[in-house]
Amino acid sequence: MTPQHAPSDQSQRTLPLVEDVAVRVRGVTKDFGAGGSLTKALRGVDLDVPYGEMLILAGPSGCGKTTLVSIVAGTLEPTAGEALVLGKDLGSMSNSQKVQFRRDNVGFVFQSYNLLPALTAAENAAVPLLIAGWRRRQAVEVASDVLDRLGLGDRLARLPSELSGGQQQRVAIARAIVHKPRLLVCDEPTSALDAQNGRITMELIAQIAVQPDRAVIVVTHDSRVYSFADRIATMEDGRIEAVEVGLHRGSVQKDRQCS
Amino acid sequence: MLWIAWKMLTGNRVKYLGIVFGVMFAALLIAQQSSIFCGIMSLTVGQIRDVEGPDIWVMDRNVEFIDDIKPLADTDLFRVKSVPGVEWAVRFYKGTSRARMEKGDFHQMILLGIDDATLIGAPQGLFMGELSELRKPDAVVMDDAGYKMIWPGEPYQLGRVFEMNDRRALLVGLTKASRTFQSFPIIYTRYSQAVLYAPLERKVLSFVLAQPQAGLAAESVCQRITQQTGLQALTREQFMRKTIYHFLAKTGVPVNFGITVLLGFIVGTAIAGQTFYLFTVENIRQFGALKAMGTSNWTILLMVLSQALQVGVVGYGLGVGLAAFFGWSTRGLTKLAFFMPWQVLALTAIAVVLIVLLASLLSIRRVLVVDPAIVFRG
Repeated sequence: MTPQHAPSDQSQRTLPLVEDVAVRVRGVTKDFGAGGSLTKALRGVDLDVPYGEMLILAGPSGCGKTTLVSIVAGTLEPTAGEALVLGKDLGSMSNSQKVQFRRDNVGFVFQSYNLLPALTAAENAAVPLLIAGWRRRQAVEVASDVLDRLGLGDRLARLPSELSGGQQQRVAIARAIVHKPRLLVCDEPTSALDAQNGRITMELIAQIAVQPDRAVIVVTHDSRVYSFADRIATMEDGRIEAVEVGLHRGSVQKDRQCS
Repeated sequence: MLWIAWKMLTGNRVKYLGIVFGVMFAALLIAQQSSIFCGIMSLTVGQIRDVEGPDIWVMDRNVEFIDDIKPLADTDLFRVKSVPGVEWAVRFYKGTSRARMEKGDFHQMILLGIDDATLIGAPQGLFMGELSELRKPDAVVMDDAGYKMIWPGEPYQLGRVFEMNDRRALLVGLTKASRTFQSFPIIYTRYSQAVLYAPLERKVLSFVLAQPQAGLAAESVCQRITQQTGLQALTREQFMRKTIYHFLAKTGVPVNFGITVLLGFIVGTAIAGQTFYLFTVENIRQFGALKAMGTSNWTILLMVLSQALQVGVVGYGLGVGLAAFFGWSTRGLTKLAFFMPWQVLALTAIAVVLIVLLASLLSIRRVLVVDPAIVFRG
């Protein structure tokens, strides 16, 4: 399925892909340190993530999941290899181009939410639009709509400290998708949540975040969320050891709607 | 994004108030000490300022400030009068004398002797008595602050008699006058009377006060007087500047105040800088998240600078406001000299700008180098 393009009011739009792949990583390595303190975080990783898919990157702590997703998101430079994201070669981009690329195309759900404590839920969710230069009132309006769809319509004016962990994560999800990014990166989205809230979070990500023109990568070592994945890539010691089809794939494809 | 920066800053009340306090403390100290310094400096030229009318002061060539009296010969008055361009010139005595009061106590006085015929140099703030009463024998006019010093708590009363140099002095008037550096009472009397009150000396003429002819610049007439007589002739403004410069250059007053101002600057910078840095470190993950979400370094820099500017404006306003309140509230209670000209406000503003820039430097560096990938680490 060819990806649908996002509305033309956003800059840095990608060219149509020949293949249905949002992320293509080939031979990516990443070294930290040098000499005696050299650490090989990634050892030649190959990975494809098609549009419309939720890929889970699983593995024990220190296996390289976060490093790989940082490279895919454009926040880290690989030592070697190629990373094509939404049709763009990240290695050929300058820092300012990567900043703009992330602003227009990537949404983040962080492990610790990283909400701004002084901003309300609606204001936090509006941050990506504010970064893109939207007027505050308009941005908060759009963000409020998204929060409403996530069941937080009555919590718009609350500060993060007045929200539960699950509600904060929903604000973070709203923030991640408010600007209609084509790549969503979720780093341990359920690690700070209990089982019920974790399940609710993953349901929301699966239902709302996963779209035909968007790829979702979830980094986790929480096996409880595997059931939501279309595919699961298991990493070990800087390599992808296995890629399995997720239990979710077969049943979800017919439920997913175009945006 | 600047709005986000301000909300981040003010959201942490404790840190925000800590940063503002640091800036406010520095602004208060700098403005207050500078104002006291300016007040003291204005005391040094109060007597020059109070002599209204003559634009030219003629004195010995070695005189450095108003209280540095090097007597002139009586004939110097006529030499000055004979200089082309001089409209008129009169004698003026300035010295000190010890007065013995009614109850037998002694007070050191500043004695000013004005021209007998024209009374040029007389105080302009007379609020009791008449200037013409000065023509009476032994007549003197005293300043208001001096009266209260000698007769504290007593009502104003003319006709009081005291002695100076074993000669009778009759109080015929009271006047407002600028406070002096020494804070002695000021006595105005005729020149001929003043030389009787003064200790016996061969030469007693302190200054010649002169006025240029209409249409002539005072500076040019001063130059002519100097060329023709060899005496030092200064305009009123020049003499005031020279007096202030003497106290700046030849006394420890500016050094003492300068040290206090510098300490205020350093302490304010330290408090504001440390608290600002702590605030930035506490929010480093938020800055990292903003960077990850596509905020450029330039925008991050503007955010931090806008935060620094905001605390600078608030701290400056509170600091100079408190300094002004201090000056206003103490004006009737103490003899503290306090004068806050616009230059003090400007100097304080410059200092505050430097403080917030220095305080934010470490924070700026920290946020600019933060790796957006930090948000992916637990």
